[in-house]
Amino acid sequence: MGAQLRVYRQKIKSAKTTKKITRAMELISASRIQKAQQRVASSNPYTRAVTRAVSAVATHSNISHPLTMRNDNPKRAAIVIFTSDRGLAGAFSSGVLKEAEALSSKLRNEGQELVYFLVGRKALANFNFRKRKFVQEWTGGTDLPEFTTASAIAEQVTEVFLKDIADGGVDEIYLVGNQFVSMMIQEPKVTRLLPLEVVEEEASDSHEVFPLYEFEPEVDKVLDSLLPVYIENRIFNVMLQSAAAEHAARQKAMKSATDNAEKLISNYTRLANAARQAEITQQISEIVGGADALAVVSED
Amino acid sequence: MSKELTVNLVSADKPIWSGNASMVVAKTAEGEIGLLAGHEPMLAILAPGMIKITPTEGPAVVAESLDGGFLSIERDVVMVVVRNASLVS
Repeated sequence: MGAQLRVYRQKIKSAKTTKKITRAMELISASRIQKAQQRVASSNPYTRAVTRAVSAVATHSNISHPLTMRNDNPKRAAIVIFTSDRGLAGAFSSGVLKEAEALSSKLRNEGQELVYFLVGRKALANFNFRKRKFVQEWTGGTDLPEFTTASAIAEQVTEVFLKDIADGGVDEIYLVGNQFVSMMIQEPKVTRLLPLEVVEEEASDSHEVFPLYEFEPEVDKVLDSLLPVYIENRIFNVMLQSAAAEHAARQKAMKSATDNAEKLISNYTRLANAARQAEITQQISEIVGGADALAVVSED
Repeated sequence: MSKELTVNLVSADKPIWSGNASMVVAKTAEGEIGLLAGHEPMLAILAPGMIKITPTEGPAVVAESLDGGFLSIERDVVMVVVRNASLVS
């Protein structure tokens, strides 16, 4: 077998192996998107209820709670970055990191110091590579977020927020994570977590007039226990969204990888065939040439 | 009885129970509270403990909440929101 032909056959084989892997990853992600989306959907009633309750309290009292107080001249901001643990998901993690970078430079221009909290191994790897500092990281389980992780993050950031600036506290907290728009589109999105602006999930709800609630115990105490729940829920929601987006992004990336492998295989097959033909042609002409030469010799 | 409550019991990651009920008993931060149809709008913080729902039909539903939550009622719609809860029976 000719050397050229052997090289092509080798390349075909390697592309086929890669294709098997990417195809398997594509199928796994496709089946997990469903589950991730279901988790987003089943956490929605809770999110709505919490948001509603917080808005109800907010509309009926002039809240001045430490968690909602706005500092007009913020000195330091915290950014929580939600990436994935594993790669091979296209621009999933790099998109978020880029968005966080844009936010960072914007806040830095406003004269703020920045501290970072990282979720997911990819963010950690990025920060370690660039030798940048961060306060804390949570890795593992980004594709199947646990509520306990969200609680831990919420507790940590709330604590930092309530600290004095002099002791390393922050004035603002931002969340940067991927949002699941559709199977084809996942977008990095920035939300300000603290100080809170209570956002209504659905536009129709915002026009609703809340009845005069009776609070038990007092309004302040209700708010005291509601706001942490709300923060925790917001973080959990971002994590669930990010997980769904991660699977969708990976499926998309792996699909195009599989397609590319297929294209490579068909190109190399064509080249290998041409090489084989060339080899055969050469052998035939050698035989014919040899026979001619022998005929000439025997005539003599 | 003509009026009944619409009850939704949700936890952080999934809805647990919903349906019509005649009474909901829960433990708030200040003590036990029983809700019937026609209760005035209220928002209460729940302490960890049992939540008992008496449906219009069928046996009572009991859920155990491990670390509390809150409860709201308005226009006979009850939302029981607990972070971590499971049905006991």
